[in-house]
Amino acid sequence: MKIGTMNDLTRFLIFAVVILAMPVWLDPLGGNYPDLLQKFAIYGIFAIGFNILFGLTGYLSFGHAAFLGVGSYAAVWSFKLFTMNAIPALMFGVLFAGALALIIGFLSLRRSGIYFSILTLAFAQMSYNLAYSVLTPITNGETGLQLAQSDPRVIDNMFVEASAGLPSTNLFGLTMSGYPGFYFCAALLILGFFISMRIFRSPFGLMLKGIKSNQNRMMYTGLNTRPYMLTAFVISGMYAGLAGSLLAITDPLAGAERMQWTASGEVVLMTILGGVGTLVGPMIGAGLIKYFENIFSAFNDTVLAEMFSYLPDALVELVVPVVGLFVGSGWHLTLGLLFVVVVIFLPGGIVEGVDKLVKFIRNREKNVGGKVTPQDQPGE
Amino acid sequence: MDAVFLQILNGLDKGAAYALIALGLTLVFGTLGIVNFAHGALFMLGAFCAVTFNKMLLISTKILDPTVTLFKAYKEKPYLEIWFPDVGPVLVDYSVPLSILLAIPVMLLIGFILERGLIKHFYSRPHADQILVTFGLAIVIQELIKAVFGANPIPQGAPDILAGSAAVGSWIGLGENVVYPWWRLIYLSFSGIIIFGVFAFLQFTTYGMVVRAGMRDRETVGLLGINIQKRFTIVFSLATAVAGLAGVMYTPILPPDYHMGMDFLVLSFVVVVVGGMGSLGGAVLAGFLLGIVQSFASMTEVKAILPGIDQIIIYLVAVIILLVLPRGLMGRAGVMDD
Amino acid sequence: MNDLVLHLDNIQKNFGGLSALSDVNLQVEEGTTHAIIGPNGAGKSTLLNVCIGRLKPDAGHVTFYGEELTGRKPHEIAQMGVARVFQTPEIFPEMSLLENVMLPAFSKRDGAFSMNAHKLLSRQGDIRDEAEHILEDVGLQEQMMTEAGSLSRGDKRRLELGMCLILKPRLLLLDEPTAGMSRHDTNSTIDLLKKIKSRGMTKVIIEHDMHVVFSLADKVSVLARGQIIAGGTPEEVREDPKVKEAYLGGAH
Repeated sequence: MKIGTMNDLTRFLIFAVVILAMPVWLDPLGGNYPDLLQKFAIYGIFAIGFNILFGLTGYLSFGHAAFLGVGSYAAVWSFKLFTMNAIPALMFGVLFAGALALIIGFLSLRRSGIYFSILTLAFAQMSYNLAYSVLTPITNGETGLQLAQSDPRVIDNMFVEASAGLPSTNLFGLTMSGYPGFYFCAALLILGFFISMRIFRSPFGLMLKGIKSNQNRMMYTGLNTRPYMLTAFVISGMYAGLAGSLLAITDPLAGAERMQWTASGEVVLMTILGGVGTLVGPMIGAGLIKYFENIFSAFNDTVLAEMFSYLPDALVELVVPVVGLFVGSGWHLTLGLLFVVVVIFLPGGIVEGVDKLVKFIRNREKNVGGKVTPQDQPGE
Repeated sequence: MDAVFLQILNGLDKGAAYALIALGLTLVFGTLGIVNFAHGALFMLGAFCAVTFNKMLLISTKILDPTVTLFKAYKEKPYLEIWFPDVGPVLVDYSVPLSILLAIPVMLLIGFILERGLIKHFYSRPHADQILVTFGLAIVIQELIKAVFGANPIPQGAPDILAGSAAVGSWIGLGENVVYPWWRLIYLSFSGIIIFGVFAFLQFTTYGMVVRAGMRDRETVGLLGINIQKRFTIVFSLATAVAGLAGVMYTPILPPDYHMGMDFLVLSFVVVVVGGMGSLGGAVLAGFLLGIVQSFASMTEVKAILPGIDQIIIYLVAVIILLVLPRGLMGRAGVMDD
Repeated sequence: MNDLVLHLDNIQKNFGGLSALSDVNLQVEEGTTHAIIGPNGAGKSTLLNVCIGRLKPDAGHVTFYGEELTGRKPHEIAQMGVARVFQTPEIFPEMSLLENVMLPAFSKRDGAFSMNAHKLLSRQGDIRDEAEHILEDVGLQEQMMTEAGSLSRGDKRRLELGMCLILKPRLLLLDEPTAGMSRHDTNSTIDLLKKIKSRGMTKVIIEHDMHVVFSLADKVSVLARGQIIAGGTPEEVREDPKVKEAYLGGAH
């Protein structure tokens, strides 16, 4: 771990440029749709925030989807009650998610290890079940929370007459769909990345790493780990709330399925796929998963049959159903396999994999003609 | 009094399923030290063993429908009924209990393959990695089942003779309206036998003795020169089979679908934690207890006072127990304390 | 001002009916190095654990400069100025040596919790200087940027000592600081501890190695079967027949 700012500044600038230029370089890759780009940015925020907790402290939360969901609900309510402007929605999302994280974190952090994971999971499932049942007046149950013509929208109605159709979300008049929506999310992603980087490089971040590394030493060094953990938990919950509110800003509805534990599992996968505890890893993981989800889900048997049309007919009949298992609605199967493969072979994620590859190549260059030293086993 | 008794009965069968899954989870955790998030998927696989068996019995051919005389009509008739007109329909009727015969070898084999192929590489990895890899495995299993059997629940019938309800109330001197479906009664007894069997296996066989010793102190048992690896495989297969059988027998109560594993897993983990990580007795106790608690929470009278309580009661109990009794109801010191 | 740094008053600790410590009284004076020796299983580590709040005594009190320690949380006791070097070094293996030492420096400066997420580590020049200085003291300045987990056992111990020293503790507890070390490492550790001693830091040291005890300690207390059976200067203790009996008698 190097301590230096110059390095980080370049890293940050590269990150910002790469994110903002996504419409350009994703075009040849078939990923240049505003909807998809928004998803990249939003889930990037979610994963980066999750990584502040899991990556730095090693506490595996299986309930972060609850904060995502609460962020969405809060944002939609802000649209319904006050204004279609994105800023208050975003603030409500972050605020409510943060408050929920404070409560859940306060209770869950009394335990560590697997108990912590189960507690967070239990709280998230509770939120999910409540959203589906008793809280229906707030969440609109299975249908999901949507905008309606009859919503009060107090602030908006003070200034303009309500128009005939449903109003769209906006940022002081700029409609938050399509590319403007993406750039809004991207700006927040870059901000989120910057904050995460500052946390990683701060004394606070050092404390969190200390908690992951050796809690005993932390205690006997005079540090109270509980408030550090709680702060990290709330911060990452607020990131999730931000991501949730952005989901609602780009598409103003909120459903309870966003809080299900499979959604919590997804953000875990994004983080470990990219690289737990690394700065850019979670973004890479989120991007890859959303990208392949988009690509893979689009396939169906007809498309596949066309793709493999150069093969002999008998082979096509064999290949298409097999490949078909993994694409389209079978995308989750691929996701599960990916999960297993990454955990087994690449516990450090893509970032570590690339690091190793670079080291390996450098070593080879150094030892031209000599023996190549075997690489270290994946760290645990 | 009648109502209370009825709620207890109603809670028992769900509790029995929790207890069986939690028992396997605890066994695997206690001996192998593995946190297995795929255990619910194994329960689901068991249920689909029953579905498969039923489908196998019903492999049909088209025959002329003799009841339609005006024109040639065809209908499907299972080969089984054509070949064995007497026994065939009976076999189909009893397909769920009979599928145990299929489920036992299949589940043991699945357990064996999983342990040898995947789980054994994770003994020394952190719990977080174990959670992640078994979570991935659970998704894989669930999606494969979805791909093969579709997304909709597939109802399985109990044998006709067990279709009605038992007048449990009048047996023990309670009201006439205390009735309990026969199949649930069977499920309860079946669970009792399995739980008893597992405990007897651990208590009275040398194998079981070593497993119990291993749950207390894995290193020492390893040092004694006992082939721990082999026993791990057997324990994992056993736990898989227990989960599978629990799944088979549960099919008439709940039509199996691909995500039932996940639904039960989360609850079963909560059960394990409430019972105390690594305590077999605790897992069984907590399973039944939470089943009953959940059943009481679903009473209309209770819901009138605390709306929605039935949805969250298990989690709520879990949270309270974990915060008050860090080691669960019967957990030992030193297990997962970190 | 009480010049009694540590005062153990009738400490009693049982483990499930087994008495680990019974009626232990101990007084450590300011600026001294106080060694606690005794045969295996005498309760030495239990004694240290009681001092730092890891274990709660069943009866009796521990006071530190007249303030009650019993019942306080470990981090509170550490903040009061009690630091401990463990038998197996407790360090942060994934971090660089520099970070290992900087972390306690923040604890010393900012307290048990401080919301310092907006600051940059690289801007903490004073802390870094201090950390480098300490690493120089313990002779590890050259490996400043290496990962602590890759150090030898002896170096890990030196690092841990550095992590405690940067806390500028009023009392340093050392649990067998030379256990499992080579002769060479042991001697360099003794030198290091002597260097600290010259700064007047109060220390309690648990040790098996008599060579270490006699080169460092001003006072020695002998613990056997959970009780203090003798105490005094190293020379007095060496001549005490009870001590010989405890060691030789216990060795059979």
